[in-house]
This record gives sequence, structure tokens and C-alpha cells, in this order.
Amino acid sequence: MTQTTTQPATPAWPTEDEKLAREREVNALGMWVFLASEIMLFGGLFLVYFVYRFRYPAAFAEGSSELNMWLGALNTAVLLTSSLTMALAVHQARGSSRKTAVLFMLLTMALGLLFLAIKGYEYWQDYQEGLVPGLNFTYSGAEQQAVALFLVLYFVMTALHALHLSIGIVMVGVAIVWGQIRPFAHDPAEPVEMIGLYWHFIDIVWVFLFPVLYLLR
Amino acid sequence: MSEMASEPLGREERTPVSSSPRRPKNYLNTSYTARSWLLTTDHKRIGILYMIAITFFFAVGGIAATTMRLELLTPYGDLVGAETYNKLFTIHGIIMVWFFLIPSIPTTLGNFLIPLMIGAEDLAFPRLNLASWYVFMVGGFVTMAAVIFGGVDTGWTFYTPYSSVYSNTAVALVIVGIVISGFSSIFTGINFIVTIHKMRAPGMTWFRMPLFVWSHYATSLILVLATPVLALVLVLVGIERVFGVGIFDPSLGGDPLLFQHLFWFYSHPAVYIMILPGMGVTSEIVAAFARRRVFGYTFVAFASLAIAILGFLVWGHHMFVSGQSIYAGMVFSVLSFLVAIPSAVKVFNWTATMYKGDIHFDTPMLYALGFIGLFTVGGLTGLFVASLSFDVHVHDSYFVVAHFHYIMVGSTVLAYLGGIHYWWPKISGRLYSAWWGRFSAILIFAGFNLTFFPQFIVGYLGMPRRYYAYAPEFQVYNVLSSAGASILALGYVLPLVYLLYSLQNGRLAPDNPWEATGLEWQTSSPPPTENFLEPPIVTHDAYERPSATISSSTGGQP
Repeated sequence: MTQTTTQPATPAWPTEDEKLAREREVNALGMWVFLASEIMLFGGLFLVYFVYRFRYPAAFAEGSSELNMWLGALNTAVLLTSSLTMALAVHQARGSSRKTAVLFMLLTMALGLLFLAIKGYEYWQDYQEGLVPGLNFTYSGAEQQAVALFLVLYFVMTALHALHLSIGIVMVGVAIVWGQIRPFAHDPAEPVEMIGLYWHFIDIVWVFLFPVLYLLR
Repeated sequence: MSEMASEPLGREERTPVSSSPRRPKNYLNTSYTARSWLLTTDHKRIGILYMIAITFFFAVGGIAATTMRLELLTPYGDLVGAETYNKLFTIHGIIMVWFFLIPSIPTTLGNFLIPLMIGAEDLAFPRLNLASWYVFMVGGFVTMAAVIFGGVDTGWTFYTPYSSVYSNTAVALVIVGIVISGFSSIFTGINFIVTIHKMRAPGMTWFRMPLFVWSHYATSLILVLATPVLALVLVLVGIERVFGVGIFDPSLGGDPLLFQHLFWFYSHPAVYIMILPGMGVTSEIVAAFARRRVFGYTFVAFASLAIAILGFLVWGHHMFVSGQSIYAGMVFSVLSFLVAIPSAVKVFNWTATMYKGDIHFDTPMLYALGFIGLFTVGGLTGLFVASLSFDVHVHDSYFVVAHFHYIMVGSTVLAYLGGIHYWWPKISGRLYSAWWGRFSAILIFAGFNLTFFPQFIVGYLGMPRRYYAYAPEFQVYNVLSSAGASILALGYVLPLVYLLYSLQNGRLAPDNPWEATGLEWQTSSPPPTENFLEPPIVTHDAYERPSATISSSTGGQP
């Protein structure tokens, strides 16, 4: 019933500064809500994985030991480093040293591509070893079906992650180009920050994927 | 109070626009080109785009339903055979659930009204909003393409392993269509959540927001958190089907129950995506036509959130006879009963709002009253089927069909139509025929009950759902049902006719034809592209009628 003290005495449109401040908040909240949605996507997949892991513990351990742990570990290092360069890019963009920011963004893209290359090599290796259910599956040990189930989930989970990473790489690229086209945009750091949030999320997903798929033997 | 009465509420100082024959610029007459519609980022125009799209999909789903009701007129398969019938109920379910009911109120009325109600110039992400419409249309047309390529016969539930291994129909394509449309749901959900958090006008505190906005906030939470799980599980079905690998197929070590858990984790909350916005519409209409504040505003607002949260915990009641643990069944049964509490809070509060109110039986109010009645029947029979012992008896029978149609069709469609009739003067700037409006509202209510009430009885007597033929002793109920469906069909066509007619020939609508409260009634009808010509400021609680002078000065314009 009573007016709050923050209310202006006379109605007024928000000023340009207020609009910009609100736009920042709006974009950040939008990205966080989107990431909440993404958590449910990957969360469902992890649930499927753990349901079957409890049902076929031995076969899942066996399937896991068929994977190349060292390539997985290398990829973990690559991706964690890319998160570092992304964080540095955000830091530099905020500190208005745009050139360094672009450099770190290019580095981030390169590390992302390196991850995809290593992952691709790993897939090729798996294919050679007959570990791809539906395409080339020659595994003939005990619990063949359950091992195949593990491998299907391994491919679905890592492929979904790789898809997200690819989108992230494209987004970083677009941000670089966009920054060149419109260098005097009101807040050049903002898109970098938003993509940074997304990038770190993809990274965190991998941080869970790596132990669950490669280390739980 | 007297201080409040002198407070400018938006546009009183301007000359009334509705008295002049030529209207000032508004969102409709600002441009007439196809490009100005197809590339618009105005939430009001996007709401109209959605309205046209879902009307089309409603017609498609309705034609499938009509054909089914014709087939069920006799106990034998004389109009269509078993396979065609399976495809009919599948496409009816898929189109109606994902391309009509889920988007119905949020993407049309929600899109149009949320920024107006909270005093914003648009949604938080206008371009994302337009993108969501295009994504929705692509998803819809991919799904329609699947119908052309032979249809799907799995039922809208896609139960594995039938959907992933045995069905010889276009399952993969229809899955692609639904997953694509899921992105549009998520975009809409994100947009609403951020808009409601960040775009409110000065003075529009959380507990001054109209209940329509609260219910859309709760709906958006479900859209954002449940939809990705559906996308995931359908993609897994698609992978199992296309690559022939085992995920849910029991002959390959998979677990079909896991599919059902994940599917219903989305698809039960999806029911609340459909009903919560309808509850929001009803709160607005009841307050407007009883000329009263909503009784227990805070309780109604939190009831929406409670339904959204509890809705995530009850999916297992779809699986009482699927072989899930009996203890899980007991827990899901108890949790399902809990949903009745916030639902009843709403029904009682709407009733209390009308108590001693100055009730006006205009068309929207008839729809809202119909909503309350049908929702009560649908909700209470929901308690029947949430009881383990009773559910074993009626599972997969027409009792369940009747129950969920009371909620999803009876309640949601009535609320949608009620909302359209309530805000039509604002949306189009025109008034429709009040007589035809009331007539079709009553027709729909009568036709609906004649269609679906006999199904409670015939289901209780043991008629199973999803069959094209049935035992001859059930025929009388099916004839009643089919007769009701034809009345219902007429009831749906009528508003389409007289509302479209009113676009050209209706009287010009005043800004506030219903003497309603709320910011959307304080801007012009139809609103200008930027929604408000003067910065909106909110000094009142929701539904508050500060004094008689205000309501007559804003509502009584010629």
C-alpha cells in the first residue's frame, strides 16, 4: 500500500545506463537458466549410466578398461587448460586489453580443436579395435551385451559433449569476428563473459565424464 | 486511498484513443507487410504468429480425433482398420500434446501479456522469442512430414522396445520433430523466467504481479528443467532404433522401465505445463468478473510453485502396473495425493473470490466457471487413479482417457478460449458478439461433458483404451461420446468464425472493456508497439480497486 522509497517520484523511462546495466543482468541470468537446462540434459544421461552400472558392475568395469585412459587423461589436461585461457580472455576483455583477449580466445579455440582431434583419434582407435556397437563390434568376452551397453553410453555421452564443445568453439569464433566488426560496442567484454560461462560448463561436464567413463574400473 | 486515486496509472491524461474512428499507431497497423510479421521481434506479434500456428495444429489433431470418434460409433472396424486407428490416436496425441497444449497459453497469451502485465516494453530476449517460433514451426512440419511418410503407430508415449525395435513406421522422423520443438519450449521458458525477474516496471514487486505471471513463472521452471530430459530420452530411443544397439531393449540387456521413468519424468510435469497457465488465466478472469481481489493472493501464487515442484516427484504413478517396485508405487501414490492440496487451494480461493462478488456472466467468465468445474472433476478423478488399488482396475481403460481429457482438454482448452475471449479486445482492438460468445461457451461445456463423461463409465465397466473395435455392450456410451464430439467440434468452429468476423466488423474496443485491473488494461487497445506511451509505474497491489472513480474513469470510456 505504501510506496517504497526506491520508487521515483514521477514515472520516468530508464536511462541508457540503466538499460545497459539491466541488459548485462538479463544476459547473465539467461545464460545461467540455460545452463540449468543443460544440467538436466546431461543429468539424465548420467542417471541412465549409473542405473546400468549398478546392474552390470563387472561388465562396466570391463568395458571401461577397454578405453584408452591415457588419451582421456591427456584430453582432460587439454580441456582444463582451455578453461584457463578462456578465464584469462574474460579477464583481459574486462580489463579492456582487447588484443590480448582475442589472443586468449584464439588459444581457447585451438585447445578445443585439439581436444576434438584427440577425441576423434580415440574414436578411430575404438573402431579399429571393434568397440563400436552397431558399426564394428567384435568384443567376445563375458557379458558381451552389457559391455556393448557401456560402450553405447560411452559414445553417446562423449559425442553429446563433443557436440557442445563444437558449438562452444564456433561461438568463441563468432565473438572474435563480432568484436572486430563492432569494436566500439557498448560492452565488448559481455559476450566473452557469457561464452566463458558456457565454456566452463562444458569443461565441468568433462570433469565428471572422465572419471565415470575411464577411471571407474 | 484518496492519494492513490489521484495517482496517474499510465495513460489517463491522454485523450481517449477509442473515441476517434482513425486509430493512432499500434502494433497491428504499424506495418502490414509479410516481412514485418515474419521478422518481427515484437512479443505481441509473435504471440499472434503462435496463435495462428497452434490453431492449425489444433485443427490437424482435431481431425484425427473426429475420425476416431466416427470409427468408434460402431463396435466394429468399419471406417478404419486397426493400423490406421493406431496411427490416428498416435498423431492425435503427439500433435495435441506437443504442438497445441504445451505451447497453447504460454506462447500466445503469455507471450502477448507478460510484458504488458509487468510493465515491460518486450520480453528479455526478443530475437530468441522469434527464433523459438521458427524452431517450433520446423519441429511441427517435420512431425507433419512423418505423417505423410506413413504415420506413426506407437502412441504418443513411444514405449520401448516397440518404438525402438518393432514398429515399422516413421518413428525416427517424428522423434526429430518433437526434439526440435523442445528447443522452442526451452527458449520460451528461459525468456519468461528472465523477463519476470529483470524486466518488471518500477513498483511492480513480486507480490504485486498478476497471478497469470506467477503461474507462467512456475510453468517456465518446468519447461526449462523437464524438456531436456524428454529430448534426451527420445534421442536415446532414436539411437537404439537407427543403429540397432541396445539401450532400452530387454533382449540386448536394456531396461524398458528406465525408458518409462525418464519419459514420465518429463511427461507428467508436462501436464502441469498445460494446466498452470490455465489456472493463471482463470485467476485473472474470476477477479475481473467478480470485480474483486483474488482471495488469498499469496496462497494462489505459491500454489503454482508448489504444483510445479511436486509435479516433478509424481511421475511413477503412470507405472503402477508396469512392474516398478510396489514400495515405489506407494511413495508415488502419496506424493500424487499431495498435488491435490495446492490444486484445491486454488479452487477454493477462486470460489471465495466470487463469494459476495459483483459477478458478471460475460463470455470469459462462462469459460472460467467451466474451467473450474471441469478441473474439479478431472482433479478429483486424478485422486482415483493415483490410488494404487483403484488404478490396477482402471489402468489403460477409458476411465484414464476421460480423466486426462478433463484436465488437458476440458480445463486447458477452456482456459485458453476464456483467455482469448477475455483479452481479445486488447489483442485485436475489437469487440466480438457477446451473444455468440456466450452461446459457444455453453456449447463447448455441454459438448465436452457429453463426450467425456460417458468415458468414465465405460472405462470403469472395463472398455480398454486404444482399440479400434470394442464389445457391443459398450456401444451406447460410445454413441453418446461421438455425439458429444460433434457438438464440441461445432463449439470450436464458432469462435473461429465470430472472432475472425469481429476483426473487420466488430465494434472498436475501449481500453478497458471489462473494468479490469492490471497494467495491460491501462494501455490502449490494441497497444502501441512499445506497449506503453508513458512509463508505467505500479502503486497498487494486484487486483486492487483503489476507488470507484478510478475504475469508472479507466473503464467507462465510450
